Amino acid sequence: MIDMSDLFKGSSTIASAAPGINSAHTPRSAARDTITLAHGGGGQLTDELIASVMLPRLANDALNQLLDSAIVDLAGTRQRLAMTIDGYVVQPLFFPGGDIGRLAISGTINDLAVSGARPLGIALGLILAEGLERGILERIMDSLARTAAQANVKIFTGDTKVVGRGQADGIFITTAGVGLVPEGRRFHPDQVRPGDLILLSGTIADHGLAVMLAREMPDVKCSLVSDVAPLNDMIDSLLAAAPGVVFMRDPTRGGLAGVAADLAVRTGYTIELDEPAIPVHPATLHAAEMLGLDPLDVANEGKVFIVVRPDSAAAALAALKGHELGRDAAIIGKITAAREGLCELITEIGGRRVLQKPYGEQLPRIC
Amino acid sequence: MTPRALQCRRHLDRLASAARAIARPLAFMEVCGTHTVAAFRSGLHSLLPEGVRLLSGPGCPVCVTSQGDIDLLIDLGLDCRNLTLCTYGDMIRVMGTRGSLSSARSNGADVRIVYSAMDAVRLAAADRKHQVVFAAVGFETTAPATAAAILAAEAQGLTNFTVLASHKLILPALRALLDSGQVNFDGFLLPGHVSVIIGAQAYHPIVERYAIPCVVAGFEDVQIADAMARLAEMVRDGDKGPENLYPEAVTPFGNPIAMALLDKVFEPADVTWRALGTVPQSGLEVRKRFALFDAKIRFGLRAAFAPEPRGCRCGDVITGRCTPVDCPLFGSGCTPTQAIGPCMVSSEGTCAAWFKYGRSGRLRKVASDSSHQKQKMEALS
Repeated sequence: MIDMSDLFKGSSTIASAAPGINSAHTPRSAARDTITLAHGGGGQLTDELIASVMLPRLANDALNQLLDSAIVDLAGTRQRLAMTIDGYVVQPLFFPGGDIGRLAISGTINDLAVSGARPLGIALGLILAEGLERGILERIMDSLARTAAQANVKIFTGDTKVVGRGQADGIFITTAGVGLVPEGRRFHPDQVRPGDLILLSGTIADHGLAVMLAREMPDVKCSLVSDVAPLNDMIDSLLAAAPGVVFMRDPTRGGLAGVAADLAVRTGYTIELDEPAIPVHPATLHAAEMLGLDPLDVANEGKVFIVVRPDSAAAALAALKGHELGRDAAIIGKITAAREGLCELITEIGGRRVLQKPYGEQLPRIC
Repeated sequence: MTPRALQCRRHLDRLASAARAIARPLAFMEVCGTHTVAAFRSGLHSLLPEGVRLLSGPGCPVCVTSQGDIDLLIDLGLDCRNLTLCTYGDMIRVMGTRGSLSSARSNGADVRIVYSAMDAVRLAAADRKHQVVFAAVGFETTAPATAAAILAAEAQGLTNFTVLASHKLILPALRALLDSGQVNFDGFLLPGHVSVIIGAQAYHPIVERYAIPCVVAGFEDVQIADAMARLAEMVRDGDKGPENLYPEAVTPFGNPIAMALLDKVFEPADVTWRALGTVPQSGLEVRKRFALFDAKIRFGLRAAFAPEPRGCRCGDVITGRCTPVDCPLFGSGCTPTQAIGPCMVSSEGTCAAWFKYGRSGRLRKVASDSSHQKQKMEALS
């Protein structure tokens, strides 16, 4: 038998732990005073952290917009500069349909593209953990280079650091991207108005569930693959065909629910989404059921959520469907004139429910 | 309209017609967290006829766990840094007196989310010098998996795997609820998963003693609508059941293998529930023969009484005595990001479901945590 006494060294025993033992910390303050995984989930808790810690200290006109890219004026030109940054800490490093290298380029390119910018170049920050196999790094860099070539962007500059074993999980990548927004183009929630239609460029939740299955249930055989891809080429075709596009987001962490609920709050309008119109792969649905997750809350890395004037919607849909990354595109909802600032989902049976931004960490249900 | 939507519409018409004949408000209670989520997710509540309500009973495993048991688990995570605590995801944010497993984890506790009890056994087998504790919650649905995990650990000769069991049984809970004298509902929508294990016949004594209509239902929105319509028809016609509307999964006598597994590893015990208090023979305790795998024995753990959070009406919510919006904390003090009671934390919790999928006017006003963020953003710009 193992001696259990050392388990309790330096702490009160469980049986005698009285309620309120640490009276300086109420449970709720304890929960608030430390960063939890849920703070990084891209949901309500991330918003709360940004609003209460970052914005009060860092606020400025560009940052306050809280969009996928910051858009700033450039002296001497009517084009504007788009700038964005993202950190990538995915596990496993390689997953069905992609890897951390492809993800690091795609995510940043997509943040630029949905802001209406043509990507110029990327700055790459690598944090490597001591002990990472050189071969793994080479595979990741190969994939990263291929994805950059596919997106037609160059890596302008980079930085490499190594931390001690255990201080990072293999490799963390940060990519910052810059791009130029052509004159006269402005995608912003304040452009959105009642009657506008909402398009989605394809099936939801493929990335998040492919990664989660690979991580949590590596033995499960499944046809599900991540949708991770740079979308700038498809978005170029879309914008050439559909002048009525007024706003775009890529529904990454927080999923479709996060993006739609966010837009409802920011525009003040009620957004209606038609659940049966939202494309979902059957394999994704099954995986979501198995893990007890709602596909609407799950991350995408190769999809775009588009708000378009009704007279441009058919052209937009055709342009998306004409691109290999947008074949499953669909019109999934509309902006209504009601001013509740909520997103409502109309379900297959005709019921209505409020769609909210997920809370934070994706937690599987018990049964 | 899809065929499914049409089918659902037909059941709701049946429900409306029976409700009209009864000519008084009707309320049915589901006692399964999966039903709670399915009903809200499908928007079924928004389609119910006027005067018909679906209440959530003590079916969410996290919500029925007493504050003392929750504290026991979280204190173990907080105080014992040399062990790995494995838990189902739903438990991770539940507030104990000293915080949650999530905050314990951010303070260095080794807390892992697992998908099955067997995952915890695998962890223990991978490093036999390291203690692994599995936090076992849930009804007859998850308890057989815990039993199987203990047997697997025994077969592998593991001495570093234990279970902190707070499994509960559904029938004693229904009885306690009906005995409480505050029954303000007209029938039970019985759980699908639990019934797969215990069988539809298991509810006969309840029906006979309390003469309350009971229907076993599946988890699709159409199946829930069908079961509600059937319950209303039973009220109208004076029938009691129990009826099994989920025969593709639920047999009259359940799953004998799972029941034998339960009986081999566990024995019924008096346990404390949130809201219902101590209910005789309503929980499962690890049998003495498997004491090696009982975390309570291994670590000398004993649940202390811990009061439920002040102002929190989770207990009333899970017994159908109030709806979440009747709780003074709902949406103001208690939200999914700053939860006080377990019903707001668990994804199967009624308050969480009301908050997430809600529809009433009041809900809409408080429905979005992000509204305060919007105000802050406006103040900044």
